[in-house]
Amino acid sequence: MRPGSSRPGREAARRLSAGKWRAVAAVAGIALAAGLLAGCGGAASGADALTITLYNGQHVQTTDALVAGFEKATGINVSVRSNDEDTLADEIVGEGSRSPADVILTENSQVLEYLQGKNLLAHVDASTLARTPAQYDSPQGDWVGVSGRVSVLIYDPALIKESQLPTSVMQLADPKYKGMLAVAPQETDFQPIVTAVESAYGQAATLRWLDGIKANAGSHVYPDNETIADEVNRGAAAFGIVNQYYWYRMRAEIGAASTKSRIAYFAASDPGYVVDVSGAAILKSSSHQAAAQKFLAYLASVPAQEIIANPAKSISFEYPIASGVTTLAGETPFDQLKPYPITIAELGTGTTAVTLMREAGLL
Amino acid sequence: MASSQTLPRSGTPGAPATPPAGRARRAQRPVFLIAASCLVAALLAMPLVFLLFEAQGAGASAVSHLIFRSLTANLLWNTIKLTVVVTALCAIIGTGAAWCIERTNLPGKRVWEILIVVPLAIPDFVVSFGWASLWTWVQGFRGAVVVMTLAVYPLVYLPVAASFRAADPGQEEVARSLGVGRFRTFTRITLAQARGAILGGCLLVAMVMLAEYGAFEILGYQTFTTEIFGEFSLSFSVPAACALSLVLVALSLLVLGGEGLARGRGRVSRSGPLVARNLPPRRLGKATLPVLACFALLVVLALGVPVGSSIYWIFQGGTHALSGVTLPTAALTTAGYGIAAAALDTVLALPMAMLAVRGTGRIRHVLERSSYLVLAMPGVVAAFALSYFTEHYANGFGYQSAPLLILCYAIMFFPLALVGVKASLSRAPANLDDMARSLGQRRLAVLLRVTLRLALPGLAAAFCLVFLSVVTELTATLLLIPTGAQTLSTQFWAYESNLSYGQAAPFALVMIAIAAVPSYVLGRFFNRSGNVEGISIT
Repeated sequence: MRPGSSRPGREAARRLSAGKWRAVAAVAGIALAAGLLAGCGGAASGADALTITLYNGQHVQTTDALVAGFEKATGINVSVRSNDEDTLADEIVGEGSRSPADVILTENSQVLEYLQGKNLLAHVDASTLARTPAQYDSPQGDWVGVSGRVSVLIYDPALIKESQLPTSVMQLADPKYKGMLAVAPQETDFQPIVTAVESAYGQAATLRWLDGIKANAGSHVYPDNETIADEVNRGAAAFGIVNQYYWYRMRAEIGAASTKSRIAYFAASDPGYVVDVSGAAILKSSSHQAAAQKFLAYLASVPAQEIIANPAKSISFEYPIASGVTTLAGETPFDQLKPYPITIAELGTGTTAVTLMREAGLL
Repeated sequence: MASSQTLPRSGTPGAPATPPAGRARRAQRPVFLIAASCLVAALLAMPLVFLLFEAQGAGASAVSHLIFRSLTANLLWNTIKLTVVVTALCAIIGTGAAWCIERTNLPGKRVWEILIVVPLAIPDFVVSFGWASLWTWVQGFRGAVVVMTLAVYPLVYLPVAASFRAADPGQEEVARSLGVGRFRTFTRITLAQARGAILGGCLLVAMVMLAEYGAFEILGYQTFTTEIFGEFSLSFSVPAACALSLVLVALSLLVLGGEGLARGRGRVSRSGPLVARNLPPRRLGKATLPVLACFALLVVLALGVPVGSSIYWIFQGGTHALSGVTLPTAALTTAGYGIAAAALDTVLALPMAMLAVRGTGRIRHVLERSSYLVLAMPGVVAAFALSYFTEHYANGFGYQSAPLLILCYAIMFFPLALVGVKASLSRAPANLDDMARSLGQRRLAVLLRVTLRLALPGLAAAFCLVFLSVVTELTATLLLIPTGAQTLSTQFWAYESNLSYGQAAPFALVMIAIAAVPSYVLGRFFNRSGNVEGISIT
C-alpha cells in the first residue's frame, strides 16, 4: 500500500509495544501488591484491644455516635458492618454458628423477632432489660429495645390542605386520593401498619385496603421512607406515610427553609398510628458474650440514650425509650403519643403483612 | 515452509529443530484452552447454580406462586420497555458519535473522543443522584431513560468507534465508484461493517440495564432487579428473590438469543487483512456547527450535570461526617479492589477469548455466549451465591475477606473483560500463530511474543472496563466487604441513603476522578489499536 513509510514506523511501533509490555507488567505487579494490601488492611487494627463485631441495620450516623461513646466508655473496640437490616438477618441465618457477628442492632423489632424465632439469640442480662419499659423489650428477653418512633403522614401543603388529609389509615384507600399517595411497601416500617390494620379489621378487609392503596399510589411506589420524604417535599407526591423522624432528619439536613412539607398525626388509637421499636440483640454464637452484654447495657444506659435524645449528636430524632431519658428534639413528646395498642409480639415478624402485600401486588 | 529452517531461531536451546507434523496437527485441538475455559465457566455458573439450589429448596409450587403473581407482569413490562428504549437510544448516540469522530473532519476530535468516553466513569447512581437531586421531573420511566442513556452509551461508542477505524475502506470506495449514493453506501456498507460492534455494544447495554439497581432506586423506577433487591431486604425471603432472579435470567437469555439472531452468520471480511488505512475524512461543511452543538450538549448532559450537581451539593454543605473512614482510605481500598479484580479478570478472559476467536465449534460458542448471562445477574445474587458456597462447602473459609470480594467482582464483570480481549485477539489472525510455531517458536513463546503482544490493547481495554465497574459497584460490596472496610461507593451510599447529599458528593467526585483515568486510557488504546495491529502484518 504505502511501502515507503512502513519500515521505520514499524520499528518505532515495536519499541512502543515493548514499552507497553513493561507497563502492563508493572501494572500487574502493582495490582497484586494493592490487592494484598487491601486484603490485609482489615486485620491491622485492634490487635491489642478486645473487638466485637456489630451488624448494623440502624442509620449509620446514629450507630457511629453510639459506638464512639461505647468505645470511649469501655475501651472495647466495635467493628461495624452496615447494611439493610433484613439482609443482615439473612446473612446471620446463612452464617449459622460461624457468624462473625456478636451483636445486631436494627431499626425494627420484626428482624429481632425473626432471629429469636430461629433460636439464634442469647438472653439479655436482666439488669439491661430493666432499663427499658417491658412493652418495648423482647417478650422472651432475647433483645432489648433501644429507641422508638411513630408513623405519621408527611404532606405538601401546596398540594393538599391539612383538613383534607385522612385521619384514619383506612382512608388511604379512598379513591378520592388517587394519584396523591406515596408508599414504600418494601420498607420494613410499612409492615407494622399493615399488621395493625390486619389485627383491627381482619385479612379480607386488609386486602381490599391494600388494593385501594395500590390503586391510589400509582407510580408513587418508592423503595424507602427517605425517598417518600424527599419526593413529597419536592412536590412529586401530595402525601405519604412515613415514620416521624424521617421528616425531622430531612429538615435538619436540608434546612427549614427548603422543607416545604409538614407532618400530621392520625386520630388517636388509629391502626395507622403505630410505635416501632429499634432494638439490639446478642448472637448465641458470639464468643464475646460478656463484651456484647456490656454493649447492650450501654445502649440502654443514660449516656447512650442521651446521645439518641440529642439530634445534634446523633441526627437521630428517634425517641429514647430507656433509662427515663426524654428527647431534646422539638417534637411531640413520647408520652403524649396516642398510638394504636398493639404489642411487640403481635407485630411479630411481619410475614402475614408481607403475604398480604404480595397478594395485593404491592410486592 | 521449507525456508523456515534457514531462518535464525530465537527459541530456547532445547527446542527441536523442526516441529514434527503430528504435533502440529495435535495443536489444532486446544485441549488446554478448553479445559481452562470450562473451569472459568464453572466459576461463572456459581450464581446460577445458587439460584437453582434456592429455588429448588423453596419447592416448585412456591416458586411458581412467586413468579406468577400480579406484580411480575408489571415488572416485566417496566423492565422490557426501559431496556428496549435505552438500548435503541444508546445505539443511535453511540454510533452517531463514533461516525462523526472517526469519519468526519469534526473539529477538536482529540478532545471529544475523551469527553465522550468519560461518562462511563460516572457511576449510574451518581448520574441519577445528580439529575434527581436537582430536578423533580427526573423520576420514573422518563428519568430512567434519560439517566441510563447518558450513563451507558459509551458501551456502544467504544466498540463501534474501534470498528469504524479498523474497517476496510475499500468497500466503501468500490460502492461509491459503482454509483451507489452516499446514504445507501452508509447504510449498506459502513453500518453493515460496524454491525457486529453495534450489536455487541447493544448487548452490553441491555445486560447492564437488566442488572441495574442503584440508579433505579434513586429514581423510584421499579424493575425486576429493584424488586429482587426488595425481596432480599424483606422478610427474609431469599427463595422469593431467587425465583424472581430466575425470570431475569430467562430475560437475559432472550436478549442473548436475539442478539445472536440479529448478528446472523455474516462475516465481515477485508481485502487486505489488518491494513489500517484511513479514508479521507468526510467534510461536514455547513453541518459543522450543529454537530458541534450536539456534541457539546451530550457532554454537558452526560458529564456536566453529575459533576456539577456534586460540586453544588458540596457547597451546600452537610451535617455530621461519619468517623473512622476517610476519603483517601476509601479511595485506596477501592482502587486496590479494582486493580486486583481487573487483573484477575483479564487473565481469566484469555483462554475463553482465544477459543472464541480461533474456533467455530458449537461448544466454544456456547461457552462464550453463556458467560454473558452473569452480566444480567444483580450483584447481590452473585454475592449471596459466593457466601452460600463458602458457608456450605468451604467451612466459611474466606468469608467476608477481600479475596472473596475480588473473586465476586471478577465473576460479575467477566463478560466485559471477555469483550475487550476477544475484540483485539480477533484482529490477530490464527495463521500468524501457526507461522510462528512453524518457525520453531514454542507454544508459550508464541503466546507471549505473538498473540498477547497483538492483544495488548484489548487486554488494557478489558482491564480498564473491569476496573471502572468495580469502582462503581455497590450491592455485592455491601454484602462481601471485610467488616470495617469501606469503599467509595459504600460511603457514598451511607450518606446518600440518609439524604446527606453534601457529605455524599465528595465521594462521588473522587469516584469519578479515579474512574476517569482508566476511561481515558480506554479511549487512547482504542485509538491506537489500529496502529499497533498494523505493524504485525505489513
